[in-house]
Amino acid sequence: MIENNNSMVNIFVMGKKHTVPADLTIMKAMEFAGHQFKRGSGCRGGFCGACATVYRKKGSYKLQGVLACQKQVEEGMIIAQIPFSPSEKKTYNVDKINANANTFLEYYPEIARCLACNTCTKACPQDIMVMDYVQAALRGNITLAAKLSFDCLGCGLCAMRCPAEIVPYNVGQLARRLESKYIEGPTEHVLKRCEEIKNRKFDDEIEALKKAEKEKLTKLYNSREIITK
Amino acid sequence: MKLAYYPGCTLKATARNFEVSTLESSKKLGIDLVEPERWNCCGTVHALSKDDVMHHLAPVRNLLRVEEMKKSGLIEENRVVTLCAMCYNTLKRANQVFNTDSDKAKKINENMENETSHYEGTVTVEHILETLKSLSWDALHSKIVKPLSGLKVAPYYGCLLLRPRGIGIDNADNPTIMEELLKALGAEPVDFAYKQKCCGSYHTVYMKEVVADLSYKILDHAQRAGADILVTACPLCEYNLGPRQTEILKRVTRFNQIPVIYFSQLLALALGLGEEATVFGENKPDPRPLLRSKGLLKEKNSDDRE
Repeated sequence: MIENNNSMVNIFVMGKKHTVPADLTIMKAMEFAGHQFKRGSGCRGGFCGACATVYRKKGSYKLQGVLACQKQVEEGMIIAQIPFSPSEKKTYNVDKINANANTFLEYYPEIARCLACNTCTKACPQDIMVMDYVQAALRGNITLAAKLSFDCLGCGLCAMRCPAEIVPYNVGQLARRLESKYIEGPTEHVLKRCEEIKNRKFDDEIEALKKAEKEKLTKLYNSREIITK
Repeated sequence: MKLAYYPGCTLKATARNFEVSTLESSKKLGIDLVEPERWNCCGTVHALSKDDVMHHLAPVRNLLRVEEMKKSGLIEENRVVTLCAMCYNTLKRANQVFNTDSDKAKKINENMENETSHYEGTVTVEHILETLKSLSWDALHSKIVKPLSGLKVAPYYGCLLLRPRGIGIDNADNPTIMEELLKALGAEPVDFAYKQKCCGSYHTVYMKEVVADLSYKILDHAQRAGADILVTACPLCEYNLGPRQTEILKRVTRFNQIPVIYFSQLLALALGLGEEATVFGENKPDPRPLLRSKGLLKEKNSDDRE
């Protein structure tokens, strides 16, 4: 957990210096400094990938990729948000494509330009082995590509750093779709749940929740069952 | 004997018959080929441009994986075996650059800074033909259960196993290593003038006519020298000389098709392995009618995928 040490640090947001409390995340520090987020902020919980951010620290050549809602500010951070990465996202019908290497090359032929420089992996705020999954896709190892890319949020930092102009997160998504459609196949519990929804098993419950007071909802939320590993 | 084995992408996609036949034969010969847990593209032709350090990252990163395998005890020696001629050439040349140009070596390692260790240049890159030769042809011959007697085989080397001279597995002008293998298998090697001439390489993508022309010359010379079949060690040569024969047929009416397979498939056959190891069903044209006529394969059965 972040501890309050009552100290302040200096950060630079797009070149402008701000003195902010040291216990804030980059996102909260930027709000503290007066920035208002319209884009570049989403779930604030490290799940949506909307707040991709890069920074350098004074005295270091390293360019770091992080999520603004997850990373705590540090003295001397020079920060820029990259809330959106332009990408060519292909449209395909997952029922009509083949689970092999050629499918990746058909939709994303630029993966053949991968130099194995690993810059994508270094940029990833999720510590995913991005280069390894692009390479796995290139040789048709769909299961490996799907497994390695599983934690991807699609924040786009890998795509912005790739010298071969690959958009790795779209490649990973295609791999996971092929994996679940053709290799893993439909899972029992999902089919069962779909059937239950179709038979309106949860309709009453949902209606009750819709009508519930805030107090009751808060109580329910806080006492919900959380399964941890 | 446990050796690191670098497969490359083609063997995992379109040249399954090359990989399976080699791995099954190696198992039979007591060579345990261990694939690295993590590997990336060999670098292919990109890495051949001389002044480009960035393109050397891919091959050197693979060599680093081999050093890691050695350090964690997965293999006994710092050797990596390759099958694909392109992977062999790329890894070998990148290794040579690394070990002869200390400036480049430093830059390459600096650009792989997030690896847990640096590449130290200790790995020896070898082709499976060299591995087999190092175990002696006599030793191989003694393990042959089905000698390929009466089969006239033209070994086609292409360019990547032989050139540039500094990294070739054999004499660039008159290589004999595949002939030596074929003799050990009991086959009759056929010498022909086009055994290391160009197959047209990547022209196969945009200029099929160039490949059809060059392949025709190679196949025609092999046939005139009396060959029943050609063997190669390169998936691109295999494609240009094999499946591309349909392009030759469109241009040369007198052309007679001839099977082109990987040397490893004959090795597997001579070691007495079945279709699950030889994988002849994936070659075009199909080599099985020829091998049946030579008495080297049983008559057609329902397992054959034709």
